[in-house]
Amino acid sequence: MSDVLQDEKDAVGTRPQIKRSRLRLYDLIPTGTLGLRTRRTRAVLSALGIAIGIASMVAVLGVTHSSESHLLAQLDRLGTNLLTVVNGDDLGGTEVALPATAAPMLRRISGVLAVAPTAQISTARVYRNDQIPTGQTGGLAVRATDASLLDTLQGSLKLGRFLTVADAPVTVLGHDVARQLGIVRLDAGTRVWLGGHWFTVAGILDPFTLAPEVDRSALISFAAAKDLLGYDGAPSRIYVRTDPDQVTQVADLLAHTANPANSFQVKASRPSDALTAQIAVKQSSGALFLGLGAIALLVGAIGIANVMVISVLERRAEIGLRRTLGATRVHIAAQFLTESLVLSALGGFGGVLIGSGVTVGMAMAQDWGIAIPPVAIGGGFGVAIVSGVLAGLYPAMRAAALSPTDALRTTG
Amino acid sequence: MTVLELRDVRKVYPGEPPVESVRGVNLAVEAGEMIAIRGASGSGKSTLLHLMAGLDRPTSGSVRLDGQRVEVLTDLQLAGLRAWRVGVVFQQFFLLEALTAVENVASGLLYRGIPARQRRAAAVEALERVGLAHRMRHKVTKLSGGERQRVAIARAVVGRPAIVFADEPTGNLDSAKGGEILSIMRELNEEGTTLVVVTHEERVAAACQRFIEIRDGVVVS
Ligand SMILES: Nc1ncnc2c1ncn2[C@@H]1O[C@H](COP(=O)(O)OP(=O)(O)OP(=O)(O)O)[C@@H](O)[C@H]1O
Ligand SMILES: [Mg+2]
Repeated sequence: MSDVLQDEKDAVGTRPQIKRSRLRLYDLIPTGTLGLRTRRTRAVLSALGIAIGIASMVAVLGVTHSSESHLLAQLDRLGTNLLTVVNGDDLGGTEVALPATAAPMLRRISGVLAVAPTAQISTARVYRNDQIPTGQTGGLAVRATDASLLDTLQGSLKLGRFLTVADAPVTVLGHDVARQLGIVRLDAGTRVWLGGHWFTVAGILDPFTLAPEVDRSALISFAAAKDLLGYDGAPSRIYVRTDPDQVTQVADLLAHTANPANSFQVKASRPSDALTAQIAVKQSSGALFLGLGAIALLVGAIGIANVMVISVLERRAEIGLRRTLGATRVHIAAQFLTESLVLSALGGFGGVLIGSGVTVGMAMAQDWGIAIPPVAIGGGFGVAIVSGVLAGLYPAMRAAALSPTDALRTTG
Repeated sequence: MTVLELRDVRKVYPGEPPVESVRGVNLAVEAGEMIAIRGASGSGKSTLLHLMAGLDRPTSGSVRLDGQRVEVLTDLQLAGLRAWRVGVVFQQFFLLEALTAVENVASGLLYRGIPARQRRAAAVEALERVGLAHRMRHKVTKLSGGERQRVAIARAVVGRPAIVFADEPTGNLDSAKGGEILSIMRELNEEGTTLVVVTHEERVAAACQRFIEIRDGVVVS
């Protein structure tokens, strides 16, 4: 009884206050990186795991984003308001003729800005000269058209001029035709053997991403086609440029307007859809690779956790010593958590650098603009930090849970 | 003034069968004393030291350390007590090998939350007290066993704690080096440090003003 009273008196009276144990934030970094400084190789290797994960994620995001913005820029330049009208292909792949009235009829649709009729002349072939046996055409076609084509496709000439009225028969070569025939320069005497006649080459076109069939065609005027090649005047493929806001409305009217009698045969398409589809493919394969990057990161994080668990086991004596020096469990946990955080932050930093480097390299090799989304960099680093915390949490708790006396009894 | 008082302290390690390492120890240490606790291997010396230094709580009985009842303190309060009032020296030194001598000594003040400059200044002074000022900037891995133990002693006394415990401080040293450590501890005691040395060596016990003999967890003399 008197003992109890004595203690109570002590509690309020003479017993001094216990000062708190405290670790300054400023001391946490050197304390938390002590283990890393002692075991550098191990630290670098385990940070590398995180770095690889982050690098692959940043690179995937950067590369898909760069190629995507390249495609988007292309789309932007080419426009999504170009439509093509064909009457289907026959079994040999030759375009079937549309009614001769198709082009003027299409011009009347409201929302149509420009129309360019073309006709594939399947009976004619184009050769470098008249010595090459017939048959070896290499997929090159002859196509009749008029001056409206260049405007409608918003194309440009690499060399020379477009189709004009001339004394002699004149042709303008698509990009692929010129390359395949080996024509790189133009002078007054540059000719090709086309449908059994000599045609002077007036110009060479730049490539058309949205109309690759033009790249593979030697273009001649309708007049020349009629006069020299027996062409009947019906178009087989018509290009339509519409008001960007009325693309779908116009597209719906194309088939019926072009060929009222057999509208079901007509195919109206939007070539830019291929690019749009390409972007979608990029995005979905990007998601797949991002998933692979996430797995790499997970492996990296497990690597850190593993190294940290080993480190806690190896450093039992140090933990016991620190508890003897006055460290609380929280201080011990904070020390190990800091260690794992520093590891993952280093890994994250390295990963962002490597990933960005890969993206820059890819973009330069492919001639894209470099577009690394800031979210990839910030996110990559953030994800690294989060995985470091998660990886360090369990080892840190293990270290904190160790009783000081058990820790001290470990020899060595 | 009584710095440390044990009343009927017992420590039982649970298990099959349970191990009763300390069995009813009564003991008082006055400020300024230097006492030895001597006993054979396995007699419970380290267990007793852990209890006295507030590293562990007794199964029963009371430990009053620097006026505080260890058995009722929270973990946080115990940590505070260890950071501010207690110093411990171990047989295995337990130095941080990546650090220099002065950094190791300064780590004795790390958990007081005082600025690094002040810790370092106090560490330099403590190293001077143990005669190691000239090896201050050397990595502890470059030091001899005796020098390492002097670093550990400096770390224990750097914060001028109320009491310093040493568990077999000469256990890993040859007798010459052990003698040096003993005389350093005596000097520190003469300067006012209260010291409790746990040992199995007759010689160490003889160097203290007073010694207590334990056998199988009980004080026999
Ligand atoms: N955590 C524990 N669990 C169970 N038994 C323990 C534990 N720690 C110590 N013991 C036992 O308590 C007894 C006393 O051990 P202690 O380490 O205190 O002896 P000691 O006198 O310091 O011996 P030494 O001179 O070899 O260091 C021993 O029998 C030991 O096996
Ligand atoms: Mg012992």
